[in-house]
Amino acid sequence: MKRTGAQIVWEVLTQEGVEVVFGYPGGAILPTYDAMLDYPVRHVLVRHEQGAAHMADGFARASGKVGVAMATSGPGATNLVTGIATAMMDSSPIVCITGQVPSAAIGSDAFQETDVTGVTLPVTKHNYLVTDVADIAPNMREAFYVARSGRPGPVLVDISKDAQNATIDYVPQDGPWRLPGYRPDLRALPEEYERALELIEQAEKPLILAGHGVLMSGAMQELLKFIETTQIPVAMTLLGIGGLPASHPLNLGMMGMHGEAWVNMAIQEADLLLAFGMRFDDRVTGNLKTYAINAKKIHIEIDPTEINKNVPVDVGIVGDLRETLETLFPRLPEKQHTDWLAHIDELKGDAAVRDIQSLPDTGSLYAAHVINDLWRFTDGEAIIVSDVGQHQMWEAQYYRHEKPHTLITSGGLGTMGFALPASMGARFARPDEEIWVIVGDGGFQMTAAELSTCSQEGLKVNVAIINNGYLGMVRQWQEFFYERRYAATPMHNPDFVKLAEAHGLAGRRVEQRAEVEDAVEWAREEPGTVVIDFRVEQEDVVYPMVPAGADLHAMIRRPSPIVETAEGEAS
Amino acid sequence: MSENGKEQPRDRVHTFAVYVEDKPGVLNRVASLFRRRGFNIESLAVGHTEKDGVSRMTIVMEADDLIARRVEANLYKLVNVLRVEDVTNQPAVTRDLALIKVKADASERAQVLQMCDVFRARAVDVGPEALIVEITGTEEKIESLCELLRPFGILELVRTGRIAMTRGSEVPSINPEFVAAEVPNGISN
Repeated sequence: MKRTGAQIVWEVLTQEGVEVVFGYPGGAILPTYDAMLDYPVRHVLVRHEQGAAHMADGFARASGKVGVAMATSGPGATNLVTGIATAMMDSSPIVCITGQVPSAAIGSDAFQETDVTGVTLPVTKHNYLVTDVADIAPNMREAFYVARSGRPGPVLVDISKDAQNATIDYVPQDGPWRLPGYRPDLRALPEEYERALELIEQAEKPLILAGHGVLMSGAMQELLKFIETTQIPVAMTLLGIGGLPASHPLNLGMMGMHGEAWVNMAIQEADLLLAFGMRFDDRVTGNLKTYAINAKKIHIEIDPTEINKNVPVDVGIVGDLRETLETLFPRLPEKQHTDWLAHIDELKGDAAVRDIQSLPDTGSLYAAHVINDLWRFTDGEAIIVSDVGQHQMWEAQYYRHEKPHTLITSGGLGTMGFALPASMGARFARPDEEIWVIVGDGGFQMTAAELSTCSQEGLKVNVAIINNGYLGMVRQWQEFFYERRYAATPMHNPDFVKLAEAHGLAGRRVEQRAEVEDAVEWAREEPGTVVIDFRVEQEDVVYPMVPAGADLHAMIRRPSPIVETAEGEAS
Repeated sequence: MSENGKEQPRDRVHTFAVYVEDKPGVLNRVASLFRRRGFNIESLAVGHTEKDGVSRMTIVMEADDLIARRVEANLYKLVNVLRVEDVTNQPAVTRDLALIKVKADASERAQVLQMCDVFRARAVDVGPEALIVEITGTEEKIESLCELLRPFGILELVRTGRIAMTRGSEVPSINPEFVAAEVPNGISN
């Protein structure tokens, strides 16, 4: 059958099962947009291409499928870059399709021409420049395959306008794809499994570090079986949250810069670390020279370049986490780590009295209270899409996720402005679930224009702005490390309630803790997207905190009247 | 020695033979990888191979063994890279080629040519004031000749960078064509 390149784009998208595309039209992608009208794919018109990439990313994280974003050449494509880099750092499978100027004009600095494959090279898993209509289908199919296989990631396909306009005889192909250099199927040698089992057998103070890989490989059940046999406690990375129910007695909580004190102490005291699908980011290790120096390390990771990158390990097992745990399982030793677990419990006791939830109510509205209440009033069952900053850390500490894939957040790149558009993508993946955006007043304003998209597309998400009138995390660093010189962190914000109303959406302001429950109930009842402006304590601080580059055990702890009084009496 | 008593790996020269798909932009992908990971290329030579559609790069870099393994893994991760061989520890023939333009008039010419003879280098162009010498060999050999020619005045110098080939009849197989296996699409809970 005769098809234009533009039609082939949609043929392939439908063949890949794509039901929704997030995008923004423009000159070089016009042929493809024109062809779109004849295909049963929903298009969501974003207000800025960055939003399209985040929506595709949010869709991918909430569904496990490949998300798709579309943009025109030049500025359209460069606006995608932040979203692509975000997806790259968090291994999120998205395919971005961009229009390119006609092939004869490539390299001539034509109107809206940018070397998009060049620009996105370091932030994509792979990319393609397509100038021949015959390459559109095979390259797009490869793009989807590369995006979702192995360690997933973003792939960009840049298609010149003449290739979109050209016509060929199109026969749908269903592989095999010719990718001679691509090896997503690497597996460890049997010796590695032997050595891992040996170390597990010998360990007295073992600890699992569970990362995003648990969720990406779908290894939740395998992790559960693993720990129930070996009784090894688990520390979570930010992106690992949800991989093990928060209420599981062996789930210690989050590690790292704002991880729980007992978790970081346990890491430093462990004699064996089992890193499951995580990459020893500097935000979880602190100073590498003093990081878990007494521990042997086993690293199970699908991406061989991550093994021995930051932390030298004793055993590196390359492979899919779920398959690896399945392979190990039949030979796992049954263990009880009574002393070790009791010791961790002791470490916990001290932290509990410092917890803000245990402190006397001062009448102020604290972000941690808002998030804790949100957790209670949504029965811990909502999908939370958090942005980047203090609220993100409070979310990770106080919203206890029982189910996998219920926290979506930009971990690796730390992209402010991610949450609102990502939540809109997630909405398409999980149409019937409650979705809450937790976002700061700074990050919200980076992509707030997407409220307009919510309105036009009739999307329902609940936006909780944790509004402290500052770029809170930066302010916190200024407070600790720059003598409270608040350079460029105070924010004069618009009236967020009116902003919501201007978009035809409902808004509400909350200033007292007593109003939180009612506001949450109200948001759940409202049919459309709502914005709640939580006016929280302005100069609040996320505790504990490991200063950047400091030793993991050198945490700044929350000052506690209870602890201080006790220490005062003791001395 | 590091704090925990383990010996720190030392830097040395590593040579990689990298087989890549002969496609536009592949050199850029490889170069970009070295740049963004902060790996330092000493030399890079690239050209066609015996197999259609496959190019071969010889990359030389100074690194410790741990970094070298990371480079290897990172190169493999590039979709267009077919095979990576660290030939550093294998018996191999390595060659560099240099063209050297030396200042030499009639009175000095014989002396220069004599030196070239010793190094099995040859004059490929002779003019009244200068001549061009071609030499192949290891980097050390080329360096030595340059040292000797420097007093006459080296006007121009160009080198190809190292190329390497392992000895023996065994030929590394470039990865068999990889056929995509099915991967699940969608989350499993």
